[in-house]
Amino acid sequence: MEKQRTEEFSLESIWNGFTGKTWKEEIDVRNFIQSNYHPYDGNESFLEGPTKETEKLWDQVMDLNKKEREAGGVLDMDTHVVSTITSHGPGYLSKDMEKVVGFQTDEPFKRSLQPFGGIRMSEIAAESYGYEVDPFLSHVFRDWRKTHNQGVFDAYTPEMRNARRTGIITGLPDAYGRGRIIGDYRRVALYGLDRLIAEKEADKTNTDKAMMNEKMIRKREEISDQLKALHELKELGNIYGFDLSRPAQNAKEAFQWLYLGYLAAVKEQNGAAMSLGRTSTFLDIYIERDLENGTMTEVEAQELVDHFVMKLRLVKFARTPEYNELFSGDPTWVTEVIAGVGLDGRHMVTKNSFRFLNTLTNLGPAPEPNLTVLWSTKLPQSFKNYCSRVSIESSAIQYENDDMMREEWGDDYGIACCVSAMPIGKQMQFFGARANLAKALLYAINGGVDEKSKAQVAPEFRPITSEYLDYDEVTEKYDQILDWLAEMYINTLNIIHYMHDKYSYESLEMGLHDSDVARTMATGIAGFSVAVDSLSAIKHAKVKVIRDEDGLAVDYEIEGDYPKYGNDDDRVDDIAVELLKKFMNKVRQFPTYRDATHTTSILTITSNVVYGKKTGNTPDGRRAGVPFAPGANPLHGRDTNGALASLNSVAKLPYKESLDGISNTFSIVPKALGKEDSVQQNNLSTMLDGYVKTGGHHLNVNALNRETLEDAMEHPEEYPQLTIRVSGYAVNFIKLTKEQQMDVLRRTFHDSL
Amino acid sequence: MTDSQIGYVHSTESFGSVDGPGIRFVVFMQGCRMRCEFCHNPDTWNMGGGTPYAPQELLDQALKYKNYWGEEGGITVSGGEPLIHIDFLIEFFKLAKEAGVSVSLDTCGQPFTYDEPFFSRFEELMKYTDLVLMDIKHIDNEIHKKYTMHSNTSILDMANYLSKIGKPMWLRHVLVPERSDFDEHLERLSEFIEQLDSVEKVEILPYHRLGVYKYEELGIPYKLKDIDPPTAERVENANRILKTHKYQTQN
Repeated sequence: MEKQRTEEFSLESIWNGFTGKTWKEEIDVRNFIQSNYHPYDGNESFLEGPTKETEKLWDQVMDLNKKEREAGGVLDMDTHVVSTITSHGPGYLSKDMEKVVGFQTDEPFKRSLQPFGGIRMSEIAAESYGYEVDPFLSHVFRDWRKTHNQGVFDAYTPEMRNARRTGIITGLPDAYGRGRIIGDYRRVALYGLDRLIAEKEADKTNTDKAMMNEKMIRKREEISDQLKALHELKELGNIYGFDLSRPAQNAKEAFQWLYLGYLAAVKEQNGAAMSLGRTSTFLDIYIERDLENGTMTEVEAQELVDHFVMKLRLVKFARTPEYNELFSGDPTWVTEVIAGVGLDGRHMVTKNSFRFLNTLTNLGPAPEPNLTVLWSTKLPQSFKNYCSRVSIESSAIQYENDDMMREEWGDDYGIACCVSAMPIGKQMQFFGARANLAKALLYAINGGVDEKSKAQVAPEFRPITSEYLDYDEVTEKYDQILDWLAEMYINTLNIIHYMHDKYSYESLEMGLHDSDVARTMATGIAGFSVAVDSLSAIKHAKVKVIRDEDGLAVDYEIEGDYPKYGNDDDRVDDIAVELLKKFMNKVRQFPTYRDATHTTSILTITSNVVYGKKTGNTPDGRRAGVPFAPGANPLHGRDTNGALASLNSVAKLPYKESLDGISNTFSIVPKALGKEDSVQQNNLSTMLDGYVKTGGHHLNVNALNRETLEDAMEHPEEYPQLTIRVSGYAVNFIKLTKEQQMDVLRRTFHDSL
Repeated sequence: MTDSQIGYVHSTESFGSVDGPGIRFVVFMQGCRMRCEFCHNPDTWNMGGGTPYAPQELLDQALKYKNYWGEEGGITVSGGEPLIHIDFLIEFFKLAKEAGVSVSLDTCGQPFTYDEPFFSRFEELMKYTDLVLMDIKHIDNEIHKKYTMHSNTSILDMANYLSKIGKPMWLRHVLVPERSDFDEHLERLSEFIEQLDSVEKVEILPYHRLGVYKYEELGIPYKLKDIDPPTAERVENANRILKTHKYQTQN
């Protein structure tokens, strides 16, 4: 009892100035935010530039960046120590200057070894950059400690392997970490680890009397793993000299505590997307308190944000060339959502929303963290225009429709990866990459035979033999193929996630969730616009089939014109809506691992290039091997009715049928937004309002000229920070492969003259 | 509906950001009598052709983009020369106003006359027009004739008339080296503009060559082949003489 009292007393001083009750009684960060944040209606004039120390640190980073580029993409790699939360001693850039500290290993830019997903991937990643994994560790993970990758391939059926090989489903997280789980890192700062550990222990105790079936046993084992991770996080704090057992006392500690929580996650997992959540408004509460107490200045507040963001920019993983081909440019998806509106109608813009965006000015543009503005028509105009300004200057921001998502997910959701919304600390997803619906259409025509490998991938059925494609016949066969695809796809994902939970469980991230979480099974679609345009061509024009000597349809001749997706033309946009609904309905029919709720996304990241490469000629006139459009975008150059017509087409896709997100990437020449800067900002804000009102979900905004990109291809050294938005994330343009760069250049740059 | 209420549309742009305030749906009408040497839309000259639209039909097209207009945006009708289709315009603008849409007219002013039946029709059109964008190609009538194949009298008349009725105007001037970029002419133009009352904005549009390919496609000789776009200094000079900054603050 004595101990209890001292804790309460100290909590009183630690939480001094914070109001509200519920969040003190139970773990409820949302309630803390809603009870304490200060909406900010002003403009950006209060913002401060970088301090000398920030500049020095960033120079150091840029220098290391250059060295990394010159070394072929990786500067250093740990091949001897398996990365765990506590595996490495402290690492610094310049200890005395850093206001937020901590690296994944004992040195910045040194990538860690994370073999739990699969030892082979670690070995390949090392080899491809001229390193070798310690042979003893290879031995351990080959012979003694099974990995996720091994588990998956033990259970895969021959059909699944075939489907994976031909690329009808691809990019699956069976050879890399699934990611897409956002720990509630804010809990570390608000509650401290002793409280979090106590709550988890209580959750475990609550199951002591339960019947020990498979589900319950798994739950107890998982909570135990979570507890172990939370204890290790405390130890990570000790390594850097901080006592994470108690809550953070001030803003500086809040940033540090939160960051160490996140750092522990990226030390434990190299998931494809390791997103941060929704931290800026939470952290603003601490800054406001310190500003009010006179213990912090605005210069110091911005410095803290700059240093925190700098750390987030330096998260790095060792990845294989195959992975890089899928997700080009070394992305980590440290996605942070900013702004949005609360359920009570108050907007959630704080000064920290500005400060976070200001890092793109203070440190220059960068792809990470993946800054995502939750756009609502109700955001204050001053903030809208500031976002537009920074977008035009940096092309580094993405926008997502808060007015639509709030209805689904409330006002404390974050975005995992690019477009996947989930309430923080309460929901996770099983990431499912994507199925290639363009290829599926070719399978429908060819009776389940792959047009490239000529293998019978889907069960054999009668191919279409007519000279000209008949719309009704094609849709009927497409239906059959999609039935098969949906079942095989869900089964495949069930295996992957069963094994991931078993062999590469995200114990730290899940430790920062409630013990009972909602789960989604996030399927995805690639080749969307190609499939839609192909169906439109078959319906509205005449499509003649060209077959090879084996009778396989290998090419198509289109007679006449047909309406193309991306022009706000219902004759084809209706086909798009119908295809999405059809796919989703089919997917819903098949049971999922852990009863996860079925969702889908239309998002390709940069894998549209790989998918295109693996897909033959299509009935829309696209040639074999040509990249698909990214995400839900119309195919390059086919959206000829102007920018808004293109946006309107994509906005017709119903979010309810694609709850894991609908990605749209939009490139516009700055001058096409207007002549003066203020007009450009206003017009971009109004355009975003319009897209949100029309029901669009996500928009990447690039404001740049094609010539800049062409020049950057020629002289990469002059553009170390040139950032562009691709499908759902941003990249350093010069880190893309030549092929990816060409794909970006081929895209429609909206211009109006 | 009479035949004259059918408008012939060359093309539309859903995201116009330079032809009036805010984001605008821009309609390019088919047909123009002027033959400006620098014109970047020679494909709209021809009086035949274009896609026929009934006023309501065109408005429905435009309204698909209503969400993007915010408080400032709306519809701009440009061309070609829209005033050639004045009966269509009256009906179209009337319907647009009824739907609460802001409408701008982008015209060269050449068809303007105080003669009937045009003048009464024009008066009616102005009832439904929020803003007129007007391009004064050249202040000197003799040069204007050579340069565009028409006199500038009706154009200056129209500007004076709009000033008299207090109709908001944006005046624009295409700056073409060796044609319109002479201080003497710019100064005379400036004097003319300064005596007008309802000018909200004056813009210099530096000549560009982006329309040249259209001449090649159409087989029309391009007379400005040897002329480069004006230098930044000359553009700045024209801005200074026309005092464009004085008007910018209002927008």
